[in-house]
Amino acid sequence: MSKKVSRRQFLTYTLGGTAGFLGMGMLFPMIRFAADPMLKKGGKGAFVNTNLTEGQINETPQAVDFRVAVKDGWYVPEGGEPRTAWVMKSEGKILALSPVCKHLGCTVGWDSNPQFKGEFFCPCHFGRYFKNGTNVPGTPPTKPLDQYETKIEAGHLWIGPIKKA
Amino acid sequence: MLRAVYKWVDERLDVTPIWRDVADHEVPEHVNPAHHFSAFIYCFGGLTFFVVMIQILSGMFLAMYYVPDIINAHASVKYLQTEVAMGTIVRGMHHWGASVAIVMLFLHTLRVFFTGSYKNPREFNWIVGVLIFFMMLGLGFTGYLLPWDNKAYFATKVGIQIAESVPFIGSYLATFLQGGDMVGATTIPRFYALHVFFLPAGLLGLLATHFILIRRQGISGPL
Repeated sequence: MSKKVSRRQFLTYTLGGTAGFLGMGMLFPMIRFAADPMLKKGGKGAFVNTNLTEGQINETPQAVDFRVAVKDGWYVPEGGEPRTAWVMKSEGKILALSPVCKHLGCTVGWDSNPQFKGEFFCPCHFGRYFKNGTNVPGTPPTKPLDQYETKIEAGHLWIGPIKKA
Repeated sequence: MLRAVYKWVDERLDVTPIWRDVADHEVPEHVNPAHHFSAFIYCFGGLTFFVVMIQILSGMFLAMYYVPDIINAHASVKYLQTEVAMGTIVRGMHHWGASVAIVMLFLHTLRVFFTGSYKNPREFNWIVGVLIFFMMLGLGFTGYLLPWDNKAYFATKVGIQIAESVPFIGSYLATFLQGGDMVGATTIPRFYALHVFFLPAGLLGLLATHFILIRRQGISGPL
């Protein structure tokens, strides 16, 4: 390639540059529009009252249903979306485990498989967790179950967002 | 780099003759605005095509958020316009582009009419052009209902009643368009399907015919 830019090359570059600029002016809004969900910040989870008294929590995990307010695009379900936590006392502390399997997101049940008593069990790929949520080595999940933040207020259990690991 | 990629593809697919055939042809002097400025009137057909491309592109993006049903249609349009970044611009492109496309198409028709370009041997291309005009009107009519606001609802009611006034087949036509006895739950998905699948497919087919005919017959001579 010669060092001098020929007239033809110069015209090609300016025309191409202008066309590219105009094209981007058209495409940018559309791409930004489509990419918006990636760039939006998720809502911060608030604490919700489960109406479960502190005295009702014992060593055995129990499924506690609660509802969280969600905004799914334009859809805001009345009364919020139902969620479940496995709540128990473990070493004196309250533990609220998310029922979402850490393998591929199915729902785990406590003591739900007679073969694996006293464990959380996921029916999809036989993922298993010990009572405190730690994954059983050699089963599909590689991480322990997520924990919800919890607090006791006026004797009732309140559940918050999932704890960041 | 880009040149090397092109060369690699070209060696295998031999695409150069194809795009040469499409793009590399002489523009007669009397239609080149660089020679006679008044020749810009020959640009309206190409501008119509350009606006149609913008319509297709912006419509594809709008379809990422739009939901064609009576509960969600208006809510999804409101959401994409007010809460999604640049939603106003993308919907604005589609909204204004629809009118601009019809205007450009009309100016193109006027140019063809007043230069007498529709005459033998180009009558068939005039007919194809008129069919394109009807397709575009159909796209405008079906798209008008989709935001599901008051204007959309009543415009469609009026349009369907006009269709109903056609002798003999009117009531069948109205029921076909509505997908039932009234403008409602069955009408939106029907108009949506026409708007995004049937009419654009027909339009692209007609456009291809239109362009092939132009290349076969050449641009009509100067006045």
